[in-house]
Amino acid sequence: MDTGEGKFQALLEAEEKIEPTDWMPEGYRQTLIRQIAQHAHSEIIGMQPEGNWISRAPTLRRKAILMAKVQDEAGHGLYLYSAAETLGVTRDQLMNLLHTGRQKYSSIFNYPTLSWADMGAIGWLVDGAAITNQVMLKRCSYGPYARAMVKICLEESFHQRQGYEIMLALCRGTEEQKAMAQDALNRWWWPSLMMFGPHDSDSTHSEQSTEWKIKRVSNDDLRQQFVDMTVPQADYLGLVIPDPDLAWNEDRQHYDFGPIDWDEFWAVVKGHGPMNQERIEHKRRAWDEGAWVREAAAAFGERERNRGAA
Amino acid sequence: MTYSVPKVAGEAEAEVGREADSVWPLWEVFIRQKRGLSHVHAGSLHASDAEAALLAARDVYTRRVEGVSIWVVSSAEIVASDPDDAPAFFGSIEKPYRHATHYDIPDEVGQM
Repeated sequence: MDTGEGKFQALLEAEEKIEPTDWMPEGYRQTLIRQIAQHAHSEIIGMQPEGNWISRAPTLRRKAILMAKVQDEAGHGLYLYSAAETLGVTRDQLMNLLHTGRQKYSSIFNYPTLSWADMGAIGWLVDGAAITNQVMLKRCSYGPYARAMVKICLEESFHQRQGYEIMLALCRGTEEQKAMAQDALNRWWWPSLMMFGPHDSDSTHSEQSTEWKIKRVSNDDLRQQFVDMTVPQADYLGLVIPDPDLAWNEDRQHYDFGPIDWDEFWAVVKGHGPMNQERIEHKRRAWDEGAWVREAAAAFGERERNRGAA
Repeated sequence: MTYSVPKVAGEAEAEVGREADSVWPLWEVFIRQKRGLSHVHAGSLHASDAEAALLAARDVYTRRVEGVSIWVVSSAEIVASDPDDAPAFFGSIEKPYRHATHYDIPDEVGQM
């Protein structure tokens, strides 16, 4: 049987998954570590903007839902860290890279959650965008990543629906509540479109990822898919998407939309978004304050193992 | 959503080397969906000891009544075959007569 590069290519061509013990190019391994770790970090940091509203949820039902959602995000982060670890990195290493800013997370979480309506907009738009991407990732060539996506996609559907339901309740409420929903849409719309990343023409490492079948659909195609799906949903709510150029294009059978502010996008990626500093400081503080718990548990585990050996 | 945050020109990227295990051991989690079915691998997690692993498995892998029973197994205890040795383990293609479809039974005989 062919080994190394040849076997790797043959597996890719046959649409077979690459598994942890298979030979893989170092670039493939590094790309996956980077992407899966960033994905995991996004889930973990993503708990903060929503955690911000748990104590102020308007009803007990909404509070329970929000807690369940934030707990899911923690779970998703953990599935993904496990997937990353199959590539020969440790959890501690990944934590350290996040805490020192050497690995990033999705920029969407560097925006603040100013009102309750943001819980609706995040579920509807941010989780909606995440689903669009993650459905694609279920077909990615790396087995552990693809498997994590299957479970995550099942759970994300609840996230989006509960978000849309919040928006629906606000839009059917008082003028003030509807205005709150509109304000949230105004603030989250463009950052949600930015989540799909730079245009294909400017996306430097998309090509290699596509060849390796990590990425199966281009940034622009995914973004278009998301816009086409979301516009009718906004119409149903009676909300206006904050884009004067948005219009149905009969020829393309897609919605046209206006230019994205890439200066803002790059500023946030580089660390200058409204919440970058606070998010990472909060994460570090939680890690440091939890040190004694980790140490105590490790000591207990050690004692249990020694007791078994004696 | 691209979880691959685009690279910033001129910014140093972390290359990640291979390192020893984390402080907490790794466990594999198996879930039995319902009585009568086998436990199936659901994923893995780190925990300080077996009991903590079981509790963590409940939180991480069974938030939606995924099953009726959980196994956690220390990952270090698993003995695995090498995928490159697959032919030695799974060479039964050479023995087609072990499969039901190998035998021609006339249609008139009916379902067999």
